[in-house]
Amino acid sequence: MAIPVYASPMERVWAYAYRVGCALIFLFLIAPILIIIPLSFNAEPYFTFTDKMLSFDPAGYSMRWYDLLLTFGMTNPDAPRGAAWWADVWANAAWVQAAKNSIIIGVSATLLATLLGTIAALGLSRPEMPFRRTIMAVLISPMIVPVIITATGLYFFYSATGLANSYAGIILAHATLGIPFVIITVTATLVGFDHSLTRAAMNLGAPPTTVFFKIIMPLILPGVVSGALFAFVTSFDEVVVVLFVAAHDQQTIPRQMWNGIREQISPAILSAATLLVIFSIILLTTVELLRRRSERLRGIKSS
Amino acid sequence: MTAGAVPEARPTAPLQTADGVPLKTALARAQRRAKWRAAALVLPLLLFIVASFVVPIGQMLFRSVSNDEFSAHMPHLVAWFAENGDAAPDDAAWEALVLDLREAREDRSIGLVGTRVNYEMSGTRSLFTSTARKADKMEPPYREALLDADKDWGDPELWGVMRRASSPYTGAFYLSAIDRTRDAAGDIVMVDENRQVYVAIFWRTLKMSVTIAILCLLLGYPIAHLLATLPMRYSNLLMILVLLPFWTSLLVRTTSWMVLLQSQGVVNDVLVWLGVIGEDGRIQMMYNETGTIIAMTHILLPFMILPLYSVMRTIPPSYVRAARSLGATSWTAFRRIYLPQTVPGIGAGILLVFILAVGYYITPALVGGTTGTLISNLIAFHMQESHNWSLAAALAGILLAAVLLLYWLYDRLVGIDNMKLG
Repeated sequence: MAIPVYASPMERVWAYAYRVGCALIFLFLIAPILIIIPLSFNAEPYFTFTDKMLSFDPAGYSMRWYDLLLTFGMTNPDAPRGAAWWADVWANAAWVQAAKNSIIIGVSATLLATLLGTIAALGLSRPEMPFRRTIMAVLISPMIVPVIITATGLYFFYSATGLANSYAGIILAHATLGIPFVIITVTATLVGFDHSLTRAAMNLGAPPTTVFFKIIMPLILPGVVSGALFAFVTSFDEVVVVLFVAAHDQQTIPRQMWNGIREQISPAILSAATLLVIFSIILLTTVELLRRRSERLRGIKSS
Repeated sequence: MTAGAVPEARPTAPLQTADGVPLKTALARAQRRAKWRAAALVLPLLLFIVASFVVPIGQMLFRSVSNDEFSAHMPHLVAWFAENGDAAPDDAAWEALVLDLREAREDRSIGLVGTRVNYEMSGTRSLFTSTARKADKMEPPYREALLDADKDWGDPELWGVMRRASSPYTGAFYLSAIDRTRDAAGDIVMVDENRQVYVAIFWRTLKMSVTIAILCLLLGYPIAHLLATLPMRYSNLLMILVLLPFWTSLLVRTTSWMVLLQSQGVVNDVLVWLGVIGEDGRIQMMYNETGTIIAMTHILLPFMILPLYSVMRTIPPSYVRAARSLGATSWTAFRRIYLPQTVPGIGAGILLVFILAVGYYITPALVGGTTGTLISNLIAFHMQESHNWSLAAALAGILLAAVLLLYWLYDRLVGIDNMKLG
């Protein structure tokens, strides 16, 4: 966005002010996420930079909050750190348990949402689909309806059907919340899908399963995977439904963070947050690579 | 229509497929089959969503108008109301009341009954429980016996509430949710001034959501414009700065803002260091409206930037250049050429941010304190702490209606097919 040669002096000033403004907004977007990373290495239990940290004194930094993340909830955190200690971590540490639960729930919900969502998106993208718009609106609605309403509804529904306090209940709820993302990403990939490819394959005698796995699937795979990632992140970040329908001992990572923020706010929260930021950087990279691959496959040039 | 207006059908045979079916019929059949095939693909998910989402929410809404805690446990009085309608309570009514109080105490449902009446007339729960304890020893005339126990039983308003509660269906919770109630005569009136909370919170939710949506537009517009006009290799890099927050956990971002905004936090430290404020002048930026607005603007900003960006990318830059070459100043060119073309993006972004903001729960619960919480937090309060589930359901019903209205508007103006994620 070069400044045009015909710009007046006022316009030049404005153009520079505009760039500075944009830089500040980018700072607003990114700084809150980056600032917690150095703070998670704080040697003191404070949420701000100490003088030692600012002068880059190694004594101002420590891994103690990461250590606490592992030892919190252990039966015997002071034991020598051998195999038994690690077994204790694996079996009892609160954050480790929460991570296990989050992964079990997230993966199951993602599989369910991706399977049902992809099949439905294939149907929705067909021009013959009746009531397309209305059905699409219903399928997207879990993303639009405030999650507190969903959680309230599920609370009553699950207490009546016996799904309360069960993994199955949380998985079903998280799959429901993830489905709109799968639908949106897969239908977006199917826009401009060349249906003559499938017709050609069928004309050459391919049975429907072959058409699906050899023609359709490779082309929509990037959309399916990024939809699945969205669904996983939705589940991995969801706390309201878990608060309403899960049992007390069914902790997940976000619920553990929620408790941590509300009750004993300790910088260990920042260590957990830092790990989650690294996790989201990995996810973002994956999705971006997938998007590029999809554009390449479908022959859309990135302008 | 006269016969002459219709041209005679030509006697040629209609086109047929190889097996002798008229082509039209065969085509219709094939289309019908294709339709069914498409529907069959969508059906499993539709059933899943209906079972796991639509039905639970429908049941919850049903709860907002249905509450049989009184009608199920006070059968004699319910029967008397059914026979006598609006008549003043006679001896039979007082007797029915005493019988019901006795039975309700015996099967331990008196608390439920009292709570149900208490929803509409506060302070009456103890009236029911304490009178029920004495009901066993009461002897006719029951009217005097009850008035002896507590003179509040003579209150015509209480009888009005009991009469309405004798039906398992009620609009009372919706009335409470908008700070209204019925007086003794059955007319709808405002509740006492010091108990009017819900309308104020609905207004606050609306006001804060509008503020957040406007802030997002003001911050998001220049960013989207920059990203849309920069060469691809730079804008892809800068896009990461928008997408990283988008992919980062909500709780992480809320935590970050708590760290930044605390009175001993980074922002205040920087301000003190810069000398803008003194050590004792640290600004309270959290646990109030300010905290909620800052954090939610940050969280929802990508939802504004992404739709704006996708609209702006399709605007040919030559239009603005043409306007400039025809003598327009850069401001005129922006206002009359560029801005009108971005209106669809502005609409999409504003609506999306507003829809999401209206129903927000987590961030206001953590940084909102008492003045920065939204209607969702009140629903959660009635679900988890006050256990007035029907009122929670009524509040949720109103919120849901508002969100669905906005969603319908979004679908009409933008089209849900155009929703993009990253």
